[in-house]
Amino acid sequence: MQLFPCPFCGLREETEFHFAAEAGKARPEPAGQVSDDGWAKYLYFQDSPKGRSREIWVHLACGEFFVMTRDTVTHEVTGSEALSGRSR
Amino acid sequence: MIRRYSAWALLREGLRDHRGWQEAWRKAEPAARYDAVVIGGGGHGLATAYYLAKNHGITRVAVLEKGWIGGGNTGRNTTVVRSNYFFPESVALYDFALRLYEGLSRELNYNIMLSQRGMLIIAHSDMEMEIAARIVNAMRLSGADAELLGADEARARVPLLNDGPEARFPVHGGIWQGRAGVARHDAVAWGYARAASGLGVDIVENCEITDFLVEDGSCVGVATTRGTIRADTVGLAVAGHSSVLAAKAGFQLPVHAYALQAFVSEPVKPMLDTVVLSLGTGTYVSQSDKGELVIGGGLDRVPSYGQRGNPPMQEQVLSGLLEMLPAVGQLKLMRHWAGIVDVVPDSSPLLGPSPLPGLYLNCGWGTGGFKAIPAGGWLLAHLMATGEHHDISRPFDLDRFATGRLIDEAAGAGIAH
Repeated sequence: MQLFPCPFCGLREETEFHFAAEAGKARPEPAGQVSDDGWAKYLYFQDSPKGRSREIWVHLACGEFFVMTRDTVTHEVTGSEALSGRSR
Repeated sequence: MIRRYSAWALLREGLRDHRGWQEAWRKAEPAARYDAVVIGGGGHGLATAYYLAKNHGITRVAVLEKGWIGGGNTGRNTTVVRSNYFFPESVALYDFALRLYEGLSRELNYNIMLSQRGMLIIAHSDMEMEIAARIVNAMRLSGADAELLGADEARARVPLLNDGPEARFPVHGGIWQGRAGVARHDAVAWGYARAASGLGVDIVENCEITDFLVEDGSCVGVATTRGTIRADTVGLAVAGHSSVLAAKAGFQLPVHAYALQAFVSEPVKPMLDTVVLSLGTGTYVSQSDKGELVIGGGLDRVPSYGQRGNPPMQEQVLSGLLEMLPAVGQLKLMRHWAGIVDVVPDSSPLLGPSPLPGLYLNCGWGTGGFKAIPAGGWLLAHLMATGEHHDISRPFDLDRFATGRLIDEAAGAGIAH
């Protein structure tokens, strides 16, 4: 069982966490002017990188979303930080 | 010219110490240009090359494989073939594949050991029986075979199922597809490779794609570790690494990569003559010809390109197995592995032109690519040869994410890939 670091609760078992999305997506604005392709890209498309990946996870126990940086091949976690409140 | 396999050939070779067998396929050196290049030497890629030659007369074809043929997900699945899906588009696709599988040993002159031993999906409550009836009705309306079994019929198919008073998931009945079954996965890759090679296709192993050649906005070939190869049309059949190749071609896909695990037990005497899946545990199991139990379940929870399984899902799948079939509790596992699968939001594949003109996609099969190999190859070959969709592949175009016409089998058939 791998341990993941929650920025609020520290190291906890991986089963307490849920992958949400890749980090770095910004919701397109203004909504009324976004094309169908623009929405599709925002909602469904991503890099799915092999290697270093910045991802949004939620720690189900405390309910907080945060950014985890990990390697998708080795599963090594190199960073865990609270969301800033802005997408970036 | 390849010599046909036959009972007579087996007898002849048996009498002369098996010295007359040929190599099943030619190991080719890559040429500088082809009419068509297929990236990925798994089942889908090899089938694509075969149908390009067979259906469309395009024989100047290369299959480029990073490792060895059939060494990716084609060699890592649990060999189940079936077409028990909910939406008509899905049944059209997967039942087409199953029909091609039914004639494949004869078509390829290669025994893929298809065993249509049927598949039972167990329902554990009256509500699940209603869902089961809905799926059975949908399958029959779409032209696939399906039967709704009552509790006694389901128990008769698999007498070992845990249905005592202590059972967490009692047997209320289930969905039966008699034409479902298993096939030898390696033989599917090797059979298509041999037949394609016999029609003139070059199969090039140890040849990794490093980049795509783009001229005037169109794909005109690939750069590889074995040199530059130009082609009029390029097909991508690299499930598990689709996003990695898409990044090289300059576009994104609606795909996440996840590991999917499988397990094989030590061999035992015949005890299970069908494929059985429990809706409650998500675990499914069949028994191989060698007597091993072949066990699978859901995806790992963490996006991954590491071709190995992780303990939380191991525990879930194996505890599910013990819940379903308590009799196997003392069996040892012999092997355990994982493959990397493309997971698409609506659990349906991606078939069609890519955003880069001249490059066509066959990916996104999630946990269920093996069963679709003949159809995936047939349809990608059609796309590459004609530049147009086949009627069966049209609904699976990338454009469904913009139009909203998703084919959500996770909601429809409860298939979680």
